[in-house]
Amino acid sequence: MATTLFDKVWDRHVITGKAGEPQLLYVDLHLIHEVTSPQPFDGLRESGRQLRRPDRTFATIDHNVPTAPQPVTTIADVKDQIARRQIETLQKNCRDFGVHLADIGDADQGIVHVIGPHLGLTQPGRLIVCGDSHTSTHGALGALAFGIGTSEIEHVFTTQTIWQVKPKNLGVHLTGHLAPGVFAKDIVMALIAKYGTNFAEGYALEFYGPTIADLSIESRLTLTNMIIEGGAKMAMIQPDQTTFDYLRGRRYAPKDYEQAVAEWQQFKTDSPAAFDRIIELDVSNLAPYVSWGTNPAMALPCDATLPAIADQNMARAYQYMDLQPGQAITTIPINWLFIGSCTNGRLSDLQEAAKILAGHHLAPGVQAWVVPGSRAVQRAAERLGLDQIFKAAGCEWRDPGCSACLAMNPDKVPAGKHCASTTNRNFEGRQGPGARTHLASPAMVAAAGIYGHFVDVRQFYEQE
Amino acid sequence: MEKFTVHQGTPMPIMNDDIDTDQLLPKQFLKRLTKRGYGDVLFYEWRYQADGVTPQENFILNEPARQQASILITGDNFGIGSSREHAVWALRDWGFKAIIAGSFGPILYMNCTKNGVLPIELEQAARETLSELPPTAKVTIDLVHQTVKCGALSWKFTINPAWKEKFLKGEDDIDQTMKFADQIAAYEAQMSPYQ
Ligand code: SF4
Repeated sequence: MATTLFDKVWDRHVITGKAGEPQLLYVDLHLIHEVTSPQPFDGLRESGRQLRRPDRTFATIDHNVPTAPQPVTTIADVKDQIARRQIETLQKNCRDFGVHLADIGDADQGIVHVIGPHLGLTQPGRLIVCGDSHTSTHGALGALAFGIGTSEIEHVFTTQTIWQVKPKNLGVHLTGHLAPGVFAKDIVMALIAKYGTNFAEGYALEFYGPTIADLSIESRLTLTNMIIEGGAKMAMIQPDQTTFDYLRGRRYAPKDYEQAVAEWQQFKTDSPAAFDRIIELDVSNLAPYVSWGTNPAMALPCDATLPAIADQNMARAYQYMDLQPGQAITTIPINWLFIGSCTNGRLSDLQEAAKILAGHHLAPGVQAWVVPGSRAVQRAAERLGLDQIFKAAGCEWRDPGCSACLAMNPDKVPAGKHCASTTNRNFEGRQGPGARTHLASPAMVAAAGIYGHFVDVRQFYEQE
Repeated sequence: MEKFTVHQGTPMPIMNDDIDTDQLLPKQFLKRLTKRGYGDVLFYEWRYQADGVTPQENFILNEPARQQASILITGDNFGIGSSREHAVWALRDWGFKAIIAGSFGPILYMNCTKNGVLPIELEQAARETLSELPPTAKVTIDLVHQTVKCGALSWKFTINPAWKEKFLKGEDDIDQTMKFADQIAAYEAQMSPYQ
């Protein structure tokens, strides 16, 4: 019987249980961070249980770490008392249970979904879990990765396994080449705008088709990252030469690399017939997307006008966002930029934004934060002089972390500001109470900063 | 985990679709280090005025007649968004024993099964009927027979037998899994070096 990439990786991890019922799966790698781990560690202490595989557990500090004032290199730089307590708790827990921690100031520290691939911890065929919904990100390299809850974290700590019911297979077939100025972010936003916030619920999703071959690993990570907003708990891309080239030589990549690659090559979908459902998208004529409302499906091509109010949810979104039906996307006033997050906080994202901002300045009244996804991204960007471009344009160049993607610590977008953001969620209050988020690609966000409103960024690429 | 067999309680209708976990429990409360005590911040943004303490008068969760409600009736796609289990702790700590929605975000659904909050999927017509019941209406959820009843009204629901079993027994996941300790060890012994 034809099986999918997902089937193959899943089946390989089953310890017990039949398809259709909860199955016990082995967890190859457990990523943890300061926000969702304190209770599970406490649970271990309360019950006197052990952490089974500290060697398969890797910790970082990302959600709550401040990204300014710089540099944030020791705990003393964390002024927010609660954030500090959470970070100190993780430090202690990692010491007590023997878990490796990419600590504040450590060269490896960063957003968990940025550092996993970058360090080569994320590998094809691995089953990876993390107490964070965007764990699907790691599937871009052919891993089976998904977010878990706090009780599940404690369960993985003790047993190195997790109970799951196998979802069905959804193939997303991407064809055509992206126009200059259009990115993976636009593909994923277009899919969610078209099919809604739950179209992939109950499915493991695979992106496949000729477009994928064009995409770098960093772009693929954007796809598998953000598709969670379409309801996919897990998303994968078949590992190919691009994947193998990307992982080669990374810190935690296998030493006998050719043998590993030989094993990884078996992880593929035999035939599209193996999918339970297929969605097609031709990306050739795709325009850059911008979200206008309060969930990621409330998004449109940048040359569109805002839709009529169809229901209560939309009415509420209009009110919160202070926008009017019929208004053109390009007339939304932008007074804040956020460039960063696990969706678009990697080096290529910063490069794309810097390309647009080079030689320009932010429009009057626009404030911008650039937050690299990890310390390694920050250093690499600085080597390329990107920090100088951002600063010259009037942006604040900050330390790595999740920052205003979820605004847990003082990194918040002020109430009432319209923020063009490279993140993944535009829920009410997500970037700060009353903050109005507009999701878009790094290039679109950068261009919006220059004009103080969105513009079709493709025009920048025509001039080239 | 507490056992769940039959529960009788009163309804709390909040019929919005797509209620996400940021709405259920905003992230500022994720900084806490405990598993209990989240009841008073459930629906924080909708529930309080800008000062964070004065109740919003027109929000149903604040209505005196609804303070004993234990069954949340809601829309489609309940609990999407961030995986925070705190959202379920908040629902539980407020006093909800069951949530009746059109559908659930998959992570929240799993989190419900670990905290003794029964997630039930019912079609829209049923939920609309339930949402119109008076605050004192007694709704009975019978997990053994998989029914929701109120007076003469009655609906069937489906649930995966394994989750049902867990609710009925009130078992801790880890205890259950440790029955498979030998198989886990055997699996580890035969793993690929690249896993
Ligand atoms: S960057 Fe945003 S979406 Fe990504 S892990 Fe951090 S908070 Fe979550």
